[in-house]
Amino acid sequence: MRLIQKVGEWLDLRLQLGAPVRETAEHPVPRETASWFYVFGSAALTVFILQLLTGILLALIYVPSAGDAWTSLQTLNHSVALGWFIRALHGWGSNFMLAIVLVHMVQVFLFGAYKFPRELTWIVGVFLLLVTLGMAFTGQVLRFDQDAYWGLGIGASIASRVPIVGPWVVNLMLGGPIIAGATLSRFFALHVFVVPGLLIAFVGIHLLMVLKLGVNEWPMPGRVVRRATYLQEYRELTHEQGVPFVPNAVWKDILFSGFVVLAITICAVYFGPFGPGGRPDPTIIQTAPRPDFFFLWLYALLSFLPPAAETPILLIGPAIGIMVLVALPFVAGEGEKSWKRRPIAVLTILLVAVSLGTMTHLGEHTPWSPVMDAWSSEPIPSEYVHGRTALERQGALVFQAKQCHNCHSLDDRGGKRGPALDHVALTLTEDQLIRQVIQGGGNMPAYGKNLSPAETTALVAFLKTLHPAAQSPARDASRAIALRESETTRP
Amino acid sequence: MNQENRMTRRAALVKLGIFFNSVLGVFLAVPIVRYVLSPVTRERKFGYESWLSLGQLEQFPAGQTRLATYRNPVVNAWDGETDDIACWVRNVDDRNFQVFAINCAHLGCPVRWFPQSSLFMCPCHGGAYYQDGSRASGPPERGLFQYHYKLEDGQLFIKAGEMPTPGRAAKQTGGAATCA
Repeated sequence: MRLIQKVGEWLDLRLQLGAPVRETAEHPVPRETASWFYVFGSAALTVFILQLLTGILLALIYVPSAGDAWTSLQTLNHSVALGWFIRALHGWGSNFMLAIVLVHMVQVFLFGAYKFPRELTWIVGVFLLLVTLGMAFTGQVLRFDQDAYWGLGIGASIASRVPIVGPWVVNLMLGGPIIAGATLSRFFALHVFVVPGLLIAFVGIHLLMVLKLGVNEWPMPGRVVRRATYLQEYRELTHEQGVPFVPNAVWKDILFSGFVVLAITICAVYFGPFGPGGRPDPTIIQTAPRPDFFFLWLYALLSFLPPAAETPILLIGPAIGIMVLVALPFVAGEGEKSWKRRPIAVLTILLVAVSLGTMTHLGEHTPWSPVMDAWSSEPIPSEYVHGRTALERQGALVFQAKQCHNCHSLDDRGGKRGPALDHVALTLTEDQLIRQVIQGGGNMPAYGKNLSPAETTALVAFLKTLHPAAQSPARDASRAIALRESETTRP
Repeated sequence: MNQENRMTRRAALVKLGIFFNSVLGVFLAVPIVRYVLSPVTRERKFGYESWLSLGQLEQFPAGQTRLATYRNPVVNAWDGETDDIACWVRNVDDRNFQVFAINCAHLGCPVRWFPQSSLFMCPCHGGAYYQDGSRASGPPERGLFQYHYKLEDGQLFIKAGEMPTPGRAAKQTGGAATCA
């Protein structure tokens, strides 16, 4: 014991870190901030350290070369002892880190912590969110499989839409004319050197400001932030009623961080590592590329934007989003902190959460994509052909053979790109069906060149049977009269 | 007086040092920027595209659309499989061809050809194109990208070498190369 003390004293005489560390640890914080709501920032830091550690471990084996990356991932998964576990920790750590960063951001926003004097802390936090997303995207590229390859293609296609310099941006991003070795190398450099460097720098500034300015006090309805008086009020909260950070508040941080690491470990053991998926061979085109979970909302958004508005929204939207986040503390730097007095803030969070949740859900199910094999793998339910005429059954064959099923569902099976056709005969008359099939429209291709008159007749005959037994199909009341007239006027 | 003079001399030396380092910084920045921009400057100087063969014409029967692959003309030794690029070849009538890029004109995903319905469909966001490459439905703003082609010595040649993207296609406006 005496020896340890002596070594400690020897070191401290030279390092002189003891006093500042003690002072930092015991700095007073407002009593109510020793709360479970204040643990997300430290948890994000813990997961980041886990990511650094597992990242270094993966770099011991991983080969950042387009020709060998995929094989080295397989080696990690299958040949290196517990390589799969380190990959799984890194992958799940990434998901948890993004989730915790988002939760932290929501908590900070709802507790008004971005207000005076913590504006810059918030802005650096926004940059931290961006670089964390950057880590997630570049990390997804390093898992160099089909999804990574075509994901880069999507990134390049978006980048190319920048006016004037777009094609050069693509060359810069890909490191050449196509997605190849140079592309993976530069994403490796970004993921391992550039973005983590930024992340560490921003985390340092963020933490420094949290210590210098003090942690945000618990918001009380009616306790309004004013630039003139806030610092004095905060001083009273901390120095007169406050408690030392260690140990009063820190135990919750430590416990929660522990739980998060435990959760990551459980997920890693139970679910295992992410991929890699198919080989990054661009000649294998039987693939449906899809981004990782946290980019699914964007993937969904890209299929819903109207074509004409897509480029401006893609290029200007993110800039506006970042500007809004950065401007927030300047626009609302004073006033109420409590979410109980800030209904618009609460509604904004709800709106964003519901939007992102809906988009992510859609991204998981991709109803906008044709089901490429529905025409050959999803038979028409037997009740749709039972007791039908030969012509109608022939129409059902056309329906399958011409791949209508890829976009249209029957009995909830098949594609969801177009409307379900179970009751189509209720809404479209025979003539309207013919027109729709031949001319397309409303986002449906025209099949006029591709269907013989006989096929069209059969197909429409089949479509006319698609209505509930108790309801008669739509019909054009004047059609019969018009046809009869032409019949009678015929010589 | 004397002391003040000395201080001024030191301040001047500090300024000289800063100036010296700034000049050096600019001097180093030029090669660094040129190094970073090399993928762009190379494209502007030499271009990435060249004529390459997709194989004998017999591989592409008239009236059909077939998948073809080629090796990108600009490669690095460590590219692995990523240099092999696919494209769709449509032989209209043995004299007229269309060679479509595999990349959807929306966001670059690989489109698949369905001869039964004569449509190209994209698995990502649901873009669809007719057999002549023109837009049928979905989010794409335009038809499929097309390569320039020529028929020589019984072979089909295309001019390729760079990933087709919406921005690039807008820049290149070559004759029959781009469809509406």
